[in-house]
Amino acid sequence: MSARGFVKGPDSRGRFGEFGGRFVPETLMAAVDELSTAFAESQNDPDFRQEFDLLSKTFSGRPTPLYRADRLSESAGGARIWLKREDLLHTGAHKLNNALGQVLLARRMGKHRIIAETGAGQHGVAVATVCAKFGLQCVVYMGTEDMARQSVNVYKMRLLGATVEAVESGSKTLKDATNEAIRDWVTNVLDTHYVIGSAVGPHPYPLMVREFQSVIGREARAQMVDAAGQLPDVVVACVGGGSNAIGIFAAFYDDPVRLVGVEAAGRGLKTGAHAASLVGGRPGVLHGSLSYVLQDDDGQIVETHSISAGLDYPGVGPEHARLKEQGRAEYVAVTDEQALAAFHQCSRLEGIIPALESSHAISYASGLAGGLAAEQNVLVNLSGRGDKDLDIVRQSSGG
Amino acid sequence: MSSRIGPAFHRLRQDRRMALIAYLTAGYPNLESTPELLAAVAEAGADMVELGIPFSDPLADGKTIQATSQAALTGGITVVGALEAGRRARRLVAIPMLFMTYLNPILSFGLARFCKEAAGAGIDGLIVPDLPPEEAGELRAAASAQGLDLVFFVSPTSSAQRIDAACEAATGFIYCIAVTGITGARSALDPKVIPLIERVRERTDLPVVVGFGLSRREHIAALEGHADGAIVASALLDAIRDAPADPVGAASGFIRGLR
Repeated sequence: MSARGFVKGPDSRGRFGEFGGRFVPETLMAAVDELSTAFAESQNDPDFRQEFDLLSKTFSGRPTPLYRADRLSESAGGARIWLKREDLLHTGAHKLNNALGQVLLARRMGKHRIIAETGAGQHGVAVATVCAKFGLQCVVYMGTEDMARQSVNVYKMRLLGATVEAVESGSKTLKDATNEAIRDWVTNVLDTHYVIGSAVGPHPYPLMVREFQSVIGREARAQMVDAAGQLPDVVVACVGGGSNAIGIFAAFYDDPVRLVGVEAAGRGLKTGAHAASLVGGRPGVLHGSLSYVLQDDDGQIVETHSISAGLDYPGVGPEHARLKEQGRAEYVAVTDEQALAAFHQCSRLEGIIPALESSHAISYASGLAGGLAAEQNVLVNLSGRGDKDLDIVRQSSGG
Repeated sequence: MSSRIGPAFHRLRQDRRMALIAYLTAGYPNLESTPELLAAVAEAGADMVELGIPFSDPLADGKTIQATSQAALTGGITVVGALEAGRRARRLVAIPMLFMTYLNPILSFGLARFCKEAAGAGIDGLIVPDLPPEEAGELRAAASAQGLDLVFFVSPTSSAQRIDAACEAATGFIYCIAVTGITGARSALDPKVIPLIERVRERTDLPVVVGFGLSRREHIAALEGHADGAIVASALLDAIRDAPADPVGAASGFIRGLR
């Protein structure tokens, strides 16, 4: 029990309160059991931690800097805005933290084939990168709509030696890529590890992804204290499945710090064309866990929309559902248009081109900072860089 | 109302026959045809029927059931529509009927309400592929309260401990997955399923039924004397898909061809 009464979790059944669990076909239960055991053992093994820490430093480029965004703060007209620069991590996003951890774990388990799903392609590139480094076979499932809007990342994955499997089913985006990856895993479970890219899926994935991403929050917390002499008043992160958010939030659970998750409101919450599971969904089971899900009245998962492929997902990690239920974190949503405006603003004012995913967090943080006092601090997880989004921004901006 | 499944297996055992179980997707190829198709496969020799309630994200299913589910959803199938199809089919057939569905549609409908309405429609049991025994407490209680059987799975990857958990939780029968993989017709039956059946038999008196990948008469024949039942799904749906002019005749002919 923390100082603020928030129980970190999960319990032994993989539940964060009522959320989480393991809702997978029987064929996968042996694999998630094996994974739980292997993960727990790895966390108590100093050699594993040492290898993870060393590669995080020498291969990934950790620690990433904390940056005070003065012109963005000035423009917001209130609190100081700080950016945790996960965009500067190798491969351009926070996704590498989890990919590295899980691939190290897969090697430890003797699995020589790695599969992954990807939306924006950042997770796929991160997994393909680590597989190249270790000489492992890598297959990445990606919806054809996402392949079209993130073609540079498709090319990168292939350069790195991965096979990119085009997924034509359903909405042809992240949800369907995840279905296909799970089907592959069911079929090849004996020699294959599935590297889920976000804090979603059956236990132990939400726990494991949080732990591998929590380096973001640990660093940022220490860096804030060092640079600002105090903790931030608010921490803001974008939420698709929620891995970058859980990674930065987890370090602040016991602190008097507001935590804000920003989902994708797409064309507007009222239009139905959005991907805001926590703001606009209700509890349900998707991809192996009980959490908030965007679904119709009959329990069918609905198609989502976001300009950002990485947020275009109808579910969210179960720990976020718990944080929402407990009131420990608050969840809001930002539209495509607002995210695009923040994308341009951050580029112009700070010389940093943010990922469209992260632009959602920047947009909300700027508004929030405007209503706070000058001596207050807002910490934003700048989870990825925007190079991959240039085509779509150019199209959206008519130029 | 108690389930028809136990008595049906009892009679089959007396006759030294293995059950042939046909899977149909509710609402495929359209909503109106479901009761009629169900009656046709019963008439052709199916001893039980599994009626699938489509889900948008069927992650244990291969291409065939993905496609039939999507077509049925596009055609407007709902949980209420599937219940109604079951109710209409029950007026036509006496054999056991089970619903097979992923958890979310029935969770959304309400588990207790769903079990009550399913039992009221004349359904005998439920199969939920994304619900392992350890997560099934609420549905077990709701199904049991309505006299519905709740079937659990064992797979080639299940440990002895997991087989015990499935046998402990299940009523009606144990669903033995013939392949490490998803549903879908396959050309050969993996002989490793026979020792898996034997492992399950050592642990339970419940009937043991084999499914996933069975598509041909010789697959069924190979299970005779080992399993208590064999489930045919994707291959039957493929036959229905390939005969748009006469889906009922195709289903009936396919089932007859398996015996």
